[in-house]
Amino acid sequence: MEPIKQIRSKTVVLANDDIDTDQIIPARFLTTTTKEGLGKNLFAEWRYDKDGRERPEFALNRPENRGAAVLVGGRNFGCGSSREHAPWALLDFGIRAVVSTTIADIFRSNSLKNGLVPVIVDAASHRWLLEHPGTEVLIDLPSSTIEIDGKRVGFPIDSFARYCLMNGVDQLGFLLEQEAAIGSYELAHT
Amino acid sequence: MASLFEKIWTSHVVVPETAETPAVLYVDLHLLHEVTTPQAFDLLRAQGLPVRRTDKCLATLDHSTPTVPVTTLRDLEVVSEPAAAKQVRQMEKNCKDFGIELHGFASRDRGIVHVMGPELGATQPGATIVCGDSHTSTHGAFGALAFGIGTTEVGHVLATQCLLQRKPKTLAINTVGTLPSEVTAKDLILKIIGTIGVGGGTGHVIEYRGSAVSALSMEQRMTVCNMSIEAGARAGMVAPDDTTYQYMAGRPLAPKGAAWDAALAGWRQLPSDAGAKFDKEVTIDVAGLRPMVTFGTNPGMVIPIDGAVPVDNDPAFRKALAYMQVEPGKPLLGVPVDVVFIGSCTNGRLSDIREAARILRGRRVAEHVRLLVVPGSADVKRQAEAEGLDEVVRAAGGEWREPGCSMCIGMNGDTVPSGKLSVSTSNRNFEGRQGSGARTVLASPLTAAAAAVRGHITDPRELVS
Repeated sequence: MEPIKQIRSKTVVLANDDIDTDQIIPARFLTTTTKEGLGKNLFAEWRYDKDGRERPEFALNRPENRGAAVLVGGRNFGCGSSREHAPWALLDFGIRAVVSTTIADIFRSNSLKNGLVPVIVDAASHRWLLEHPGTEVLIDLPSSTIEIDGKRVGFPIDSFARYCLMNGVDQLGFLLEQEAAIGSYELAHT
Repeated sequence: MASLFEKIWTSHVVVPETAETPAVLYVDLHLLHEVTTPQAFDLLRAQGLPVRRTDKCLATLDHSTPTVPVTTLRDLEVVSEPAAAKQVRQMEKNCKDFGIELHGFASRDRGIVHVMGPELGATQPGATIVCGDSHTSTHGAFGALAFGIGTTEVGHVLATQCLLQRKPKTLAINTVGTLPSEVTAKDLILKIIGTIGVGGGTGHVIEYRGSAVSALSMEQRMTVCNMSIEAGARAGMVAPDDTTYQYMAGRPLAPKGAAWDAALAGWRQLPSDAGAKFDKEVTIDVAGLRPMVTFGTNPGMVIPIDGAVPVDNDPAFRKALAYMQVEPGKPLLGVPVDVVFIGSCTNGRLSDIREAARILRGRRVAEHVRLLVVPGSADVKRQAEAEGLDEVVRAAGGEWREPGCSMCIGMNGDTVPSGKLSVSTSNRNFEGRQGSGARTVLASPLTAAAAAVRGHITDPRELVS
């Protein structure tokens, strides 16, 4: 994983609340056995018509939103299935951070493992972002802040997950270092 | 004064959490299926790591498998989509390469992973159970801490038998009153999700408590815990009691003899202490509860069967109603139905099929309706057939299938056509969940069977004697 310190990008807005992982990547694309190539089917139901043509009105298809790396979603983003294919698809498409007032637990955990930054903001900041699609934001991991309309707003992020993101560290390495403790636990519990 | 959750959490901490690092939490049982594991096995291969505890893995094929008869991989090639068949072959290879027993097509036990675990006695009170599947919450019905994880975490558990976790908050759902007859566990959990909302449990582990929950059978408790994730909670649990122990006794993987007695003594210590504190508490009075049906595109958009679709000017709400082709202020009763699906890890167990059969027996499915009944496991199928329930389904004009996730997720052949309305006993009514453009109404097996017979959404209480 590449270390992440800052993400500066314009935003793309999907204002609906409760955007579930079945929308982010429908189940029929989960027969893959790799992580790659899921971006083309990101939001497939909303992005394409029945004949597979892009719907021009859908936010991710609009010319002005091409290249946006920060997705602002409605409340409770990423609810539903545990599929890690959801953050894989977002990253493969080019999204590097998701902003909402609440982000579902499993989706948030999966995102942090893959370098997709979940940013939880207060309701007022969120409303402003929803009302100003395309605005440029600066997400700064060392200070855990997002700069919105010239103001820096803090966001909560687990310190360990932040350390891993900033240093490009794989969490498995840390777990493997706990071998002695795991071995002792197993001895005491068999 | 600890809660059930706190007792299990504490006893599984390998390394305590600090401000800098999450807790290292030990996992007692790791359930595996073909959809969320291939990339995890690749991770092990890339790093040259073995599976640490193959004895703590329970692996099966359920999501992308067809529900027409398949006994060999060669059969699979004939009936499956190529990508799905490849995924199944990959699971066979991964389990073989890493020394994990796979309950595959030839197994007598194969089924939906959340049906199999309890059936085999692998699901036990006080255990930590994980799976790359959000409906792992099902196993909480036994007083276990069970939750869904992502594929990276599947790799972590395979390699270390542990997970890095921050301690979640707790939410007590206190039920009062007695469920009216013909009102089921599915109606109860839909009511709970409608009350607290689809994000109401985010960051929390739910403990379902009180009279209505204690009175439920194990299969009913599994239905309730299964849908915890639909309220945003990764885990939902019920304190173990005699109902739990009676269900477990004699199951193949349950402890036997002196080991059973010792385990039982431990399990009896698990229920939350009187006065245990929860971060949040909600009370649900079930006395006047009616059968529940969803009208929108998430499980929190739910009304009593004889209620009217709410009126709300929120654009997302209106979008959901437009997708579902239902009108605000109007009832769902009488809305024509195209497909009825009875099955899934929510409602694919023997008691669910018995419930459906109460309505189907001696009746015919409406001419324009397709009824698909999919047992949750090979064992459920055998037991149902021993009772003649397969014949009840066939005589009514329904299809009786092989076990699997089937039309709940629509990954291998069983889908609802675009625009068609399905009444489904599964757990998600998201847009396109059962097939591109499919419209889903979630309901109990009774309500689903009633819809199949009448051909439109029906109060099941009119059809049960």
